[in-house]
This record gives sequence, C-alpha cells and structure tokens, in this order.
Amino acid sequence: MNPRTDPVTAQALPSRPSLRSLSRDTRIVMVRELRPAVRDPFSLVFSLVQPLIFLGLFGPLLAGSLGGTDALGGDVWQWFVPAILVMTTLFGTATTGSNLLFEFQTGAHERMLVTPLSRPSLLIGRALKEVLPLIGQAVLLVTVMIPFGFQLRLLGAVLGLALLGVLGIGLGSLSYAVATAVRQQDWMFWVVHQSVVFPLMILSGMLLPLESGPAWMQAAARANPLAYVVEAERALFAGDLAATAVAWGWLAALATAVVGLLAGVRLMTSSAD
Amino acid sequence: MARPATSEGTVIHTRSLTKDFVVSRTQTVHAVRGVDLDIAPGELVAVLGPNGAGKTTTMRILTTLIPPTAGNATVAGHDVVTEAAQVRRRIGYVGQGNGAGHTQRAGDELYTQALIYGLDRRAARRRSGELLESLDLTELAGRKVSELSGGQRRRLDVAMGLVHAPSLLFLDEPSTGLDPHNRANLWQHIGQMRAAHEMTIVLTTHYLDEADAMAERVIVVDHGQVIADDSPDVLKARLAGDRIALTASPAAVGQLAQLASRLPGARDVVAEGTKVALRVSDGPGALPGLLGTAHGAGIEVVAAQVDRPTLDDVFLALTGRSLRESATPAEPTTPTSRKDAA
Repeated sequence: MNPRTDPVTAQALPSRPSLRSLSRDTRIVMVRELRPAVRDPFSLVFSLVQPLIFLGLFGPLLAGSLGGTDALGGDVWQWFVPAILVMTTLFGTATTGSNLLFEFQTGAHERMLVTPLSRPSLLIGRALKEVLPLIGQAVLLVTVMIPFGFQLRLLGAVLGLALLGVLGIGLGSLSYAVATAVRQQDWMFWVVHQSVVFPLMILSGMLLPLESGPAWMQAAARANPLAYVVEAERALFAGDLAATAVAWGWLAALATAVVGLLAGVRLMTSSAD
Repeated sequence: MARPATSEGTVIHTRSLTKDFVVSRTQTVHAVRGVDLDIAPGELVAVLGPNGAGKTTTMRILTTLIPPTAGNATVAGHDVVTEAAQVRRRIGYVGQGNGAGHTQRAGDELYTQALIYGLDRRAARRRSGELLESLDLTELAGRKVSELSGGQRRRLDVAMGLVHAPSLLFLDEPSTGLDPHNRANLWQHIGQMRAAHEMTIVLTTHYLDEADAMAERVIVVDHGQVIADDSPDVLKARLAGDRIALTASPAAVGQLAQLASRLPGARDVVAEGTKVALRVSDGPGALPGLLGTAHGAGIEVVAAQVDRPTLDDVFLALTGRSLRESATPAEPTTPTSRKDAA
C-alpha cells in the first residue's frame, strides 16, 4: 500500500492513551465533523434525493411486477422501505472517506496530526459522526412513507435505527480506511468505491429478492454483511423482534464495525508517512 | 531517549538525524543525512535550500509527523519518537498546506483547535476571539474557510498554530503563494506574536529576501546535510562578500586589477574592457582605500560601485549552483517581490 517502510515506525506510535483522553478527543473530532452539517442542514436533505428517487420510481415498478406475489412477503413498502434505509446508510457513509481525502490534500489532516489528539480518536470521532445524519435521514424517509401506507412499529423501528447506526460506523470506518490507504493516488478511492458499493447493494437483496437469482449469486450474498442487515431491518420494521434474521443482522453490523474501526485506526496511526 | 545533559539550554537538539525513504527495492532516497542542530530559546531561524534538500522532511521529523530512520531529536525538552505526545503539546505548527478545513467556518476551526489543546469552552472562545482580533480576522469568523482569500487563510493557519501560545513555532513556507503585500502583512503579525510570547521560530522559505530580512540565523541545507549555519550577514561576508566594480581607462585596467588583488581578502578579481570586478568581505570599508591607492598610482577611476551579496550568492559560493535555478514554480514571482520588499 505504502511504498515507504520504516524500521522505527512501530516505536513512533503514541503510547496508549488513557480512555478518558480518548473519549474527550473523540468527542472533539466528532463535533468538529458534525459542525458543517449543523451549519448547513440542507446538505442532509440533499442526500435524500437518491432514496426518494428509488422509492418514487423503483417502488411502483416493484409493486407492479412482484406486488401480490409471495416474493415480497405481502406489502411492497414493508419490504422496500427498510431496504432503502440500508441503501441510504450505504451511500451516505461509503463516500465519507472523500472528505478525509480532501483534508489530506489541503493540509487540515496534517495540522491535526501535529496536535495532541490521540490517533485513534481521529478515526473513531469521524466514524461516530456518521450515525447522527443517517438516523436523521432514516427518520425523515420513514415519516415521508407513512402516508403511503408504511406501517410503523415503534420498538422495532428504534432498534432498526440503532442497527443502521452500527452499520454506518462500520461502513464509514472502512471508507476512511480506503481513503487513508490510497491517499497518494486519490482517484483510486472512487475506483474502489464504485467497484464495491454497487455489488454490495445488488447482492444484498435490497432492490429485488435474491431468491430469483442463480445459485452463485445467492452464495455471494451469503458473504455480504449487508444482506443480513437488510433482512434484519425488514424483520425489525415488521415488529418481528425475535427473528433469527435480527440476530444475524446485528452480528453482521457489529462485525463490519469492528473490522472497519480496527482497519481505520491502524491506517490512521501511520497516516503522516 | 532524550539526553538531557546535551540538550540543556536548547529548544531543538538533534544528533545525526537521518531519514531514508525506501522508494522501491532498488531505490532509497536519503532525504536527511546526519543533521546536527542546536537551536536556543528565542531564536528565529530560517532553513534554506532547494527543493528536495530535506528542509520539509527535517521539519516533519521535528514536529513528530514522521520518525527518523536514525539519530535522535529533542524538541521542547522531549524526544520526538518516544515522547511525541509531549512534544505535540508544546509546539505550534503551520504546515505548507491549509490547516483549516475548507468546509468549516474560520471561527469554528480556531475554537476547535483551542479545545484540542485542552482549553475549556469559555477559555477557547476567549482565546480564539483574541487571535482573530490580533490577526485581523474578526469579521471573517463566520465565513467558510473555502471562501477566504489566500492571505486570509494563511493568517488563520498562523492563528491556529498560536492558539496554545507555544514556546516553539514551526512555519513551513508560511508565505508561499502570497503577494508581497500579504507577505509583509503576515510577517508583521508573526513579529508581533513573537515579541509578545518570546517564541522560538523555525521556518523554511523559498524567498531569500524573506530569510534575509527576518531570520537572525540561516541554516543552509543541501542534499540532506547542513552546509552552512550562521547569521545572514556573517554568511554573506564570509562566503560571498561584497562585489566591487570599478571603471577606468582600458590602458589602466590591468594595473588597477593588480592593485585590487593586493587588497586584504580580495578574491575573484576579473579585469575586462574598462571594468575591474572583485569580491571583498567589506566593500564599503575597502573602497576608499582602493581608490586612494589607485589615485596614488596615477589611475583615474571614473566610476565605482559596491553591491551587497544576497543569500543566493552565499548558496552559489557554497554549492556552485544558484538556489533560483532549483526553485519551485512559485519562485518566478520572487524577483519582483524582492524589489517591492526592498
């Protein structure tokens, strides 16, 4: 990844910071990251355009072709809206690494590396900030869909949003990890982004049920954490809190978050080289 | 580890500082090669050298951004590798890029920077307010960083580097890309801050006139090594010297050159046409004596000129190359700005 190797890099990692300073630093980084969105809330509404297009233009097609069959398990919106929330999470967080890339280029990241901020906080604070906008967007989308007949079960919905938050932390961390890894060739970020996001989306059964696809596709979907989260969201929004799919969804989201945070923090600590 | 006995009384102390970048299996770039530095509190030091000389790499090691391959460095009393967190708390850094995030508001970034250095909210607000005020940025606090001009952004970067009143400030090409007016303005602000906080300042610059006018000490770096280290005046006197040019009748030029070469410390004596040129360490001091001697020998000198050397002459004397030839694309603006700043 990085052509430069260094015999003393390991020594250069800062001594393990105390938990207190880590949480303080993480909060500072998170609040800083949230500030542009707070100053300009319209930017969040803008990112709702894509899911609304899918709901408005793809939803009716779905209803027309598969509505009334067993494929979607009854109501089209109960099947489609939870999946669209996962899609919003995916698209919202997968691009977030580009903000970090921009700060690599301008020098803002370097400036922060020379401050006493702990290295992990630079990643964790950024990853945690993904949660708030995506929950806000999900709440807006669900509210918009209620007049169209989307049934809301409150406890399931709250748990569903929490699950989205965990997934968002994981996907956001991975996006930052990719951005950090390719910072010397920033165009690579979009190559990785495009070649990962769309397969993840299609192989999650978000838009169309995977049961109608070939066996290899179904096998590939079983390796896609998003597929489990989509199933879990459908169960949670249906009020089926005890479904096995919910447990698998949490496992997939937590695994994504752990892998993402570990990879992100690891790359972040050496991001000045 | 730090060696307190040898770093006593210094803000920056390095021994055999070395940095190699392994570019590929067959190529290693030796960016910094055994640099020994001792910088005392309160000094204003300019590090000068062509691109790729190792200036920025040295600065990145001293600011804990990258670890050295070998050797050691103590900055503000702490080792840059084993006590990086301590060093970071004590230094201010203004890098080559823009420290302020472009999507942020100017005032917000300064406030956040103050929080990062441990100020509580009220103190952070007060401190960022003071800095905005003293760097003429108060009216721009609510503006997005991307909307600021280059000069305004640079002042904001400096403000962020000063938020915790560090005793040691690193400036990596602070004025590159600024027009002469903004450069003068920035230096005025830095000068005020330095006087108010008794800071040590280490800067790199491409602008020779800037190093000449601002720095009390110039460290010339080439190929990763320190090749000269002294005050600009001493460097110029010792390494380059003043250039004296005399005009006389063609018949007398040969004799005049002979007289000139007898001046103590005279070198590079050249006679051509009606002109004799030479270098001496103190031109204004040597000229009257030389004219007197010429008069005594019956030579009529019709014109005399003394040119003070520049730091470029120093670099030329040291390396046989001109700093300007190996400069960045930003450099062509220098000749005009030199004139304006003079």
